[in-house]
Amino acid sequence: MNNAAPALNLEPLLDVQAVNKSFRKPDGDDLVVLENVNLTLRPGEIVGLLGRSGSGKSTLLRSIAGLDPPSGGVVSYLGHPVLSPAAGIAMVFQSFALFPWLTVLENVQLGLEALGMEPAEMRTRALKAIDLIGLDGFESAYPRELSGGMRQRVGFARALVVHPNIILMDEPFSALDILTAETLRTDFLELWGEGQLPIKAVLLVTHNIEEAVQMCDRLLIFSTNPGRIVSEIPIDLPQPRHTQDPRFRAVVDRVYVEMTARPRGEIRSTIKSERFPGSGIGTALTHVSSTVLTGLIEAVNEPPYNGKADLPVIAEEQHLEVDDLFPAAEALQMLRFAEVEGGDMKLTEAGLQFARGDTDERKKLFARHLVTYVPLAAHVRRVLDERASHTAPKSRFFDELEDYMAEDAADETLRTLISWGRYAEIFAYDDNRQAFSLENPA
Amino acid sequence: MRLDRLPISVIRDRYVPGGWDLLAFVLVFTFFIYLGQAGRGLAGSLAHLEATPISLDPRALVGYAARTGLRMLVALACSLVFTFSYATLAAKSRRAEILLVPLLDFLQSVPILSFSIVIVFFVQLTPGRVAGAEMAAIFLIFTSQAWNMAFSFYHSLRSIPDEMVEAARNFQLSPWMRFWRLEVPFAMPPLIWNMMMSVSGGWFFVVVSEALTVGDNRIALPGVGSYIALANDQRDFGAIGWAILAMFVVILIFDQLLFRPLIASADWFRLEQEVGQTPNSPWALTMMRRSRFLGLMGDAFAALLRAGMKPPRPVTVAAQADGSGSRRSRWGDFAWYAALILIGILAVWRTAGFVHGEVPVGEIGHVVVLGFITLVRVAILIAIASLIWVPIGVWVGMRPKVAGVLQPVAQFLAAFPANLFFGFAVSAIVLFRLNPDIWLSPLMILGTQWYILFNVIVGASAIPAELRYAGQNMGLKGWLWWKRMVLPAIFPFYVTGAITAAGGSWNASVAAEIVSWGKETVTAHGIGAYIASAQSAAPPDWQRVVLGTVVLSVFVVILNRIFWRPLYARAERKFRMS
Repeated sequence: MNNAAPALNLEPLLDVQAVNKSFRKPDGDDLVVLENVNLTLRPGEIVGLLGRSGSGKSTLLRSIAGLDPPSGGVVSYLGHPVLSPAAGIAMVFQSFALFPWLTVLENVQLGLEALGMEPAEMRTRALKAIDLIGLDGFESAYPRELSGGMRQRVGFARALVVHPNIILMDEPFSALDILTAETLRTDFLELWGEGQLPIKAVLLVTHNIEEAVQMCDRLLIFSTNPGRIVSEIPIDLPQPRHTQDPRFRAVVDRVYVEMTARPRGEIRSTIKSERFPGSGIGTALTHVSSTVLTGLIEAVNEPPYNGKADLPVIAEEQHLEVDDLFPAAEALQMLRFAEVEGGDMKLTEAGLQFARGDTDERKKLFARHLVTYVPLAAHVRRVLDERASHTAPKSRFFDELEDYMAEDAADETLRTLISWGRYAEIFAYDDNRQAFSLENPA
Repeated sequence: MRLDRLPISVIRDRYVPGGWDLLAFVLVFTFFIYLGQAGRGLAGSLAHLEATPISLDPRALVGYAARTGLRMLVALACSLVFTFSYATLAAKSRRAEILLVPLLDFLQSVPILSFSIVIVFFVQLTPGRVAGAEMAAIFLIFTSQAWNMAFSFYHSLRSIPDEMVEAARNFQLSPWMRFWRLEVPFAMPPLIWNMMMSVSGGWFFVVVSEALTVGDNRIALPGVGSYIALANDQRDFGAIGWAILAMFVVILIFDQLLFRPLIASADWFRLEQEVGQTPNSPWALTMMRRSRFLGLMGDAFAALLRAGMKPPRPVTVAAQADGSGSRRSRWGDFAWYAALILIGILAVWRTAGFVHGEVPVGEIGHVVVLGFITLVRVAILIAIASLIWVPIGVWVGMRPKVAGVLQPVAQFLAAFPANLFFGFAVSAIVLFRLNPDIWLSPLMILGTQWYILFNVIVGASAIPAELRYAGQNMGLKGWLWWKRMVLPAIFPFYVTGAITAAGGSWNASVAAEIVSWGKETVTAHGIGAYIASAQSAAPPDWQRVVLGTVVLSVFVVILNRIFWRPLYARAERKFRMS
């Protein structure tokens, strides 16, 4: 097994030193997406980057791939700085990114063609990769004729065929259903374990904790805003790993604890918002539907949890992925309906009251907490109250938010606010006119 | 592919040359002979051309139709080359984009006839030869085709999914290979659709582009357009009838041999990767796919293309700096914008100087008023056409069988040059002493109204069956049924059709507001008539052509900005089902 003993004394294939990445905001300030990221990848390793969506892990992967060079720091591959796509680093994409007008064989050959290889050799090598990844017999199929799982196999074959040293995987299983993803993962791990793959190391970006624990030799946990590596967890369980194995569960628990840990000694506000102490309208909101919030409160309130639940357990029971669970947990925490720490979630007094209430009581409670604890909601409401017309265009708040965050984050924050505000009935929103108002159709 | 539609020779053994091979063989060789014949005229001298005037003999029409068709093909090829270069430059260079995109928007709004200002330039490229005049005619047809194709390609290049671009970069495709393997295929479906629209519009202008005026000389290039012009002059209804038949056949051949196969193969390039039903193949595509002879030719072509795709250098590990994105020189930007502004001011000043030499300032107001008259005409025509075609389109669209038959018919009608019927219109107006300001108007929309019809058909047939059942289930009837279900559902499609129809009508106003039949000339008030009469004066009054064109373009661009674009955006946002 070539991954049995990650030889730490080997020269690293990939060395990421002090990488920063920032984007210029409209007001001229920089928005920091990655901050001082360091990592190394050695032969024989599968390393996972685990974090919430928007934590910058995909940005990091693209920097490593040479697709989007970092603003500061160095990515070096075999001792050379990577500034543009390098041969020897291949990528597998979340959306597969196959060319629909090419057959499976042609898709797999694409990278070889770019290298200017002879047609005969190209074909032999492509067929071998297709065989290896279990696509035998589908050579002449078009991507549209294949299921999602088969398409991602093409994605893998396309990356493997160029015999790269490193494969970068950007959430390669997240567009697949659970069963298909599981099959593809185990197939891949089996080939990797048998040393059949013509690659030396894998860097996997994922937000699925179990997937990360199943596949990786080392996990790097990413924090959000800005993206930084907050901890590293080595996993030395032997392959194949079983999700119900107590040792496996122990690792999963530990990952949850790390991911829910309060940021150590870190003030989450940006410099900009410190100029307006206490305003805090610049807090980005992640979209969680009110249905999910209510569902989660109810689930935690009910036996056997009775108000306090282990996050991995509730995640599994509610079929929530990390990307759904953490924003929901964070939203409940922000609204003071729950406290989250050490991988646990505990309902507050208000949370328990919410769980017991009927629809009307819940809405009233939600409205009160929304206005009290989400400064942006209070701000919107105040503006609407103050204006004679009791209406305000969305763009007004959007422009304000853009001083604090990137455009898409501002977009999502407003979308979230609209959805929560509608549920709480503290204001109305007309999408045609793109305006907030106090009118209630009811 | 559904086997039951294919002849037995194919199903039994596809490697034995069969009926499709024979057919393909015949067609390919006919095409070569046709190319040879039609191309021979190019080398001739203008004197020779004048010595052999256009004949109204129906038998001569076969040759004329061939020449006209070839002109169309060459113009289409030029448009493709233009599209691939212009749109690619606009999409890849930020600086070029700033200039090229608004320029394209403006060019698109310029009526084709106004481009005849450059005829002299082409004719003088080859003094005394036909080739120059041919180039001028082809250029005019090109101007009716290229702009929307370039726009569609530019738009496609800008909307390729990020991950596909990243995959292409990750696997180190050379720019040339990326263009042919990713960008062109991705842009194919909308480009094919736009090519079809371009050719459809092109036929209308073929008819007016073959009879050229250079100074005091009139050059009539052999072609259906010149034939029609002559038939118009001589008031020969019989010859017009033959010309209609000839156009019918030419358009049918283009439709069957070029566009049906292209449309069917466009499905191949669609990104939506679901296992859908394959639409039935048109016979020409079946022939191309099933004929071994064409297959070999295709392979040879593909091999050529592939040879061109070989990267010039083997790509190594050592990565070089990607300077273009990271270091944008502000000074470069500054110099570029300054140069653009300077050239812009210069151009406006020169144009104004050119026009002002002949035209008094007061006339500008008059031209603007004419623009408003044409605007009213276009608006009323679109409204009337909508009232007629929306209900019909919905009725047809909800009956898949009828739609299957009528959809291509509507597309065909859109391609048919309406100016063939102008003679009849003038005769009627003169005969019944009708008001030309009213009765010439329908000619403007004769050719473009079909876009409303077939877009509505597409929209109505795209209403999900479940939505219709839900409507029935809730007892939606009458006006409520229209207001709450059908009209919102077809709205985005209708808007698309109406934009095309309106744009086409503005362009057609130059040909339709002033119409001649023999010695009778009927004129309506409008900016189209203003441009056309200045252009057909002897010698042409280019100052007034330029003034009219600028005013008309400004009208069209402003209307697009303040009316159509918001309407379209709203339709896309609110009513698009996805």
